[in-house]
Amino acid sequence: MEEKELVIIGAGPAGLCAAIEARKKNIDVLIIDENIKPGGQLFKQIHRFFGSKQHMAGIRGITIGEKLLEEVEKLQANVWLDSTAYGIFGNRIAGVIKSRKKNVTVKAKAILIAAGAVENPISFEGWTLPGVMGAGACQTMINIHRVLPGKKALMIGAGNVGLIVAYQMLQAGIEVKAVIEIMPKINGYMVHAAKIKRFGVPIFLSTTILEASGKNEVEAAVICPVDQDYKPILKRTKSLDVDLICIAAGLQPLNELLCQAGCQFTYKPYLGGNVALHNENMETTIDGIFVAGDCSGIEEASTAMEEGKLAGIAIAEKIRKRKWDDEKLEVRNRLNDFRIGTFGEKRKISKMEIEKEYYEKVKN
Amino acid sequence: MKKLRIDETLYIKTPGFLSEQRIRKGPVAIIECTQDIPCNPCETICPRKAIKIGLPITNPPEIDEAKCSGCGLCVLWCPGLAIFVLNYNFDKIRASLTIPYEMLPLPGKNEKIKCLDRNGKYVCKGKIEKVTPPKKNSRTSLITFSFQKKYFNTVRGFKK
Ligand SMILES: Cc1cc2nc3c(=O)[nH]c(=O)nc-3n(C[C@H](O)[C@H](O)[C@H](O)COP(=O)(O)OP(=O)(O)OC[C@H]3O[C@@H](n4cnc5c(N)ncnc54)[C@H](O)[C@@H]3O)c2cc1C
Ligand code: SF4
Ligand code: SF4
Repeated sequence: MEEKELVIIGAGPAGLCAAIEARKKNIDVLIIDENIKPGGQLFKQIHRFFGSKQHMAGIRGITIGEKLLEEVEKLQANVWLDSTAYGIFGNRIAGVIKSRKKNVTVKAKAILIAAGAVENPISFEGWTLPGVMGAGACQTMINIHRVLPGKKALMIGAGNVGLIVAYQMLQAGIEVKAVIEIMPKINGYMVHAAKIKRFGVPIFLSTTILEASGKNEVEAAVICPVDQDYKPILKRTKSLDVDLICIAAGLQPLNELLCQAGCQFTYKPYLGGNVALHNENMETTIDGIFVAGDCSGIEEASTAMEEGKLAGIAIAEKIRKRKWDDEKLEVRNRLNDFRIGTFGEKRKISKMEIEKEYYEKVKN
Repeated sequence: MKKLRIDETLYIKTPGFLSEQRIRKGPVAIIECTQDIPCNPCETICPRKAIKIGLPITNPPEIDEAKCSGCGLCVLWCPGLAIFVLNYNFDKIRASLTIPYEMLPLPGKNEKIKCLDRNGKYVCKGKIEKVTPPKKNSRTSLITFSFQKKYFNTVRGFKK
């Protein structure tokens, strides 16, 4: 068994920022990620991010990723890539398949779970046909692997992910036949919708998918308007000639490892579903197990980075038995600055509720 | 099926949209961003402090018609691709629009194009006047194209 002070599972923005802060405080850090390159979602985000100067606004995700990697390298954190953490056992022990070959157990003083999120599927007739995939999967294929998963596409869901990925599909040379949204209005920002509208992509509201049809792969999508009760109006169906159907129906925290560690959860719809209870230091109900980023509630890369920093500092405090209150306060202020607006405000309230529920549970 | 439509009148009278009087005077930024997005690079990047968002940063951007020179820096940096520079006086009969462009291949100077409205519908013919390829690693190009003056509030994109 190997021993480390801090094991971080997931090298996305949250995990990398936590590693940077912990390394600055001289903590012995090991980062584990199943991919061959660290960065999590950042390297497929070729668009500029919203935000303010403190949140690296106007910079593309991919550029933010490069900056974080540079810093992690400079601070000499250990990184195991192509390695999957499959379990958390007993007293903070992580089970890892290292480089797809060797089963290794690592004992740590603290474990940070920053494993990100998983896309919500929706099911309809033919949804298992090749050519139906998550919007995030399509984004990985076009922006990271540079493979076109199709030539003519339908995007399901007009939230920010659906709208942004539809735009990136246009950039990759895919013809986007339509974006459909079951709600009577789009859930994403108008500026993102306007970007694809200008290229002539129609966005159909109050519309759902009935069927993906085709023999061995997707050859068409059957779409249909819905009434006020979201029931399909069957006599008005329409068939679209597509070979790719992307689903952007939201994300939920990737909770397996947290479950296995024995963490307690609460249901928070504005944060993507079941979320591990955690306190203001990102520590879960299990001593020494921390959580950050999309894993602690679906938000954004900017908040994932700040939460990662917060966890990194708090973990260093715990291991070194010291206090860095000023630094934590700065990070918390930036988090609060970011959790505003239509989307942010609801998440801020959910986060406050989580903290409260955490203390109710931990006290009992 | 009900389509989302972006109406021509949607942005008129919003804080990022100037009076027709100012537009007729010469190059100026047109900002089509009206929701409470936590975002403000347009405000920080403007060398003339012509865009105001203030606090909280979810305020929609407001443009000061006296200060903006139409330099186009904010167009390049806006993550929403929501800012354009409109030059109503490009020449006697034509206006020009400068837009952020993230598609390849880039169009060539003097290329004939089809001008589109906010919904991607054909409006009129136009011509590429200037192509500014990405500087350093910004990865955004600026394209300036011209079209008949009367469509200044209609045209927002183009296709080849
Ligand atoms: C289309 C799209 C657009 C977005 N746009 C923006 C935006 O404009 N601005 C913004 O701020 N945010 C944006 N986001 C959100 C942002 O990308 C995420 O919130 C952020 O990446 C979350 O960071 P994270 O570190 O928590 O997780 P991730 O980036 O998902 O990283 C988690 C990592 O952990 C790895 N992992 C998981 N489980 C294991 C395991 N068992 N063993 C080993 N490794 C594991 C994963 O492979 C992954 O590499 C967008 C997201 C999408 C999908
Ligand atoms: S065009 Fe130039 S001067 Fe005008 S608002 Fe944008 S950055 Fe400022
Ligand atoms: S930079 Fe663009 S998206 Fe951000 S507030 Fe300004 S106009 Fe809106």
